[in-house]
Amino acid sequence: MSIVRSGIRGRILDVVFANGTRICAFLVLLIIVAIMVSLLIGAWPALKKFGPSFIISKEWNPVTEQFGALVAIYGTVVTSIIAMLIGVPVSFGIAIFITELCPAWLKQPIATAIELLAAIPSIIYGMWGLFVFAPFFGDHIEPWISDTLGRLPVIGPLFSGPPLGIGVLTAGIILGIMVIPFMASVFRDLFEVVPPVLKESAYGIGATTWEVIKKIVLPYTKVGVVGAIMLGLGRALGETMAVTFVIGNADRLETSLLMPGNTISSSLANQFTEAVGEIYTSSLIALGLILFFLTFMVLALAKYLLIRLTLKEGVRT
Amino acid sequence: MNGLRNIDVNLYRKRRIVNFLILTCSILTTLFGLFWLVWLLATLFFHGFRYLDLSVFTQPTPPPGESGGLANAIAGSVLITFMGVFLGAPIGVLAGTFLSEYSIRSRIAPVIRFVNDVLLSAPSIILGVFVYEIVVVPTGHFSGWAGSLALALIALPIIVRTTEDMLKLVPNTVREAACALGAPRWKVTVAIIYRAAKAGILTGILLAIARISGETAPLLFTALNNQFWSSSLNEPVANLPVVIFQFAMSPYEDWQNLAWAGALLITISVLMLNIIVRTFLRTGK
Repeated sequence: MSIVRSGIRGRILDVVFANGTRICAFLVLLIIVAIMVSLLIGAWPALKKFGPSFIISKEWNPVTEQFGALVAIYGTVVTSIIAMLIGVPVSFGIAIFITELCPAWLKQPIATAIELLAAIPSIIYGMWGLFVFAPFFGDHIEPWISDTLGRLPVIGPLFSGPPLGIGVLTAGIILGIMVIPFMASVFRDLFEVVPPVLKESAYGIGATTWEVIKKIVLPYTKVGVVGAIMLGLGRALGETMAVTFVIGNADRLETSLLMPGNTISSSLANQFTEAVGEIYTSSLIALGLILFFLTFMVLALAKYLLIRLTLKEGVRT
Repeated sequence: MNGLRNIDVNLYRKRRIVNFLILTCSILTTLFGLFWLVWLLATLFFHGFRYLDLSVFTQPTPPPGESGGLANAIAGSVLITFMGVFLGAPIGVLAGTFLSEYSIRSRIAPVIRFVNDVLLSAPSIILGVFVYEIVVVPTGHFSGWAGSLALALIALPIIVRTTEDMLKLVPNTVREAACALGAPRWKVTVAIIYRAAKAGILTGILLAIARISGETAPLLFTALNNQFWSSSLNEPVANLPVVIFQFAMSPYEDWQNLAWAGALLITISVLMLNIIVRTFLRTGK
């Protein structure tokens, strides 16, 4: 009798536990849907008032309550591009160094150091940027940039202007420095996936280290490398604190990268709690909605590419 | 001998030179990358330790121009971080359990996994806006609870991911052995699988703590800040990241110095947590 009873109790608890875990898992799904819905509701007044021209309008004026997202979108995209231009080659070089060149005793310490650096909160990078990097950059590098690059035809206007220290270029560079440890450790993980047999056979027929990287490692991890870059880009697009400190919070569209600007996330960080009036707050939330979709696309693509790599790995081994 | 003569010496030399150049570039970029990071850490430690003294831990945040510390911010940070983990960890562990143990033929599981990964790298400021919309607006004021909830949303996907990965490491034979003894499924999971994966699950939770203890953006719109000691999570709560942000952006030198001390504290605790996790995993193996 008691065996039967405990059997029934066990079965009931089974159902309860299984459904408990299921509910929690669905909660994850629910959260992302709730985020989208609440952003849409919050952004609705602004989207209704300004319509699709919200995205292409460069006006951002709290006094007249005219808002457009172009300045923030431009700042977000440009700082992320600068960050990728710095971050991708450098972290690529670091990953190659760790996987192919580094003496064995140095491998683990450098890899660990890079991973630890990836864990440092972004506010530290931002603060360092404000107090240390921006003054240095404004005093020593920016005058040189506007004297040389600023005089060139075509790209000149991008690099001319007063050496303020803070601005879009500085923000992009800080962002680049910040994504280096993150992307380097993702690249390293990718390169370690390549089966040693493949590399050894290439070395065996006399390939140089670079040829092994170019003809074996890269083709094997190609999809994953693009995925990793996308993952880094997703980070850079949504990063707030590293940018907010050094971008200068200016809502005008400037050609020069040396001038202050704004990204979506820095606009939110600087203005959200101070925003008065429904349209102002709603416009900021609309910015957040745009950022959410932008990063969602990039991250979804990154995930898709990385999943394809693991599938391939599964087939080969 | 004939074969040797056919080797194109020029081509060989060219390949060697290209190889040398590229590898030099790789070493240079490594030095370049490490240079910035070393510079950053050096200034952080230099400034941080200069302003770090006992009063930082004993006195509350000062008004401009007066001396003070960060005691209320440290306490507030610890409080909302732990409440965040407290809210996020159980849900995360259970959701991870579902993905690993109960989702074999489930069609929704890959979708949840995918959404979880997107949530994992979603911009944290968006989560701040979300919590502002659903908690701060209805209640009408900023609060520590809102801050904890925002942090819980950041911790959740990390814990889901590590829990699933760690449970999957437990060999299937263990599950089969327990089931063969007649244990119901929930008991197999709770008493056998969780015990086997204990170190791993704990690692995930520690990583989540490390991640959220430095998060600033989502707290700006939720917990906000408080000049004084907060008596409850129902009001704005002082926390280190936001204090650092406000003090560093202020024109007052005393505040900026305190910001350096706070930044050092956060960095050290995050690095310590990560090092603990590493040694934990190494001894666990």
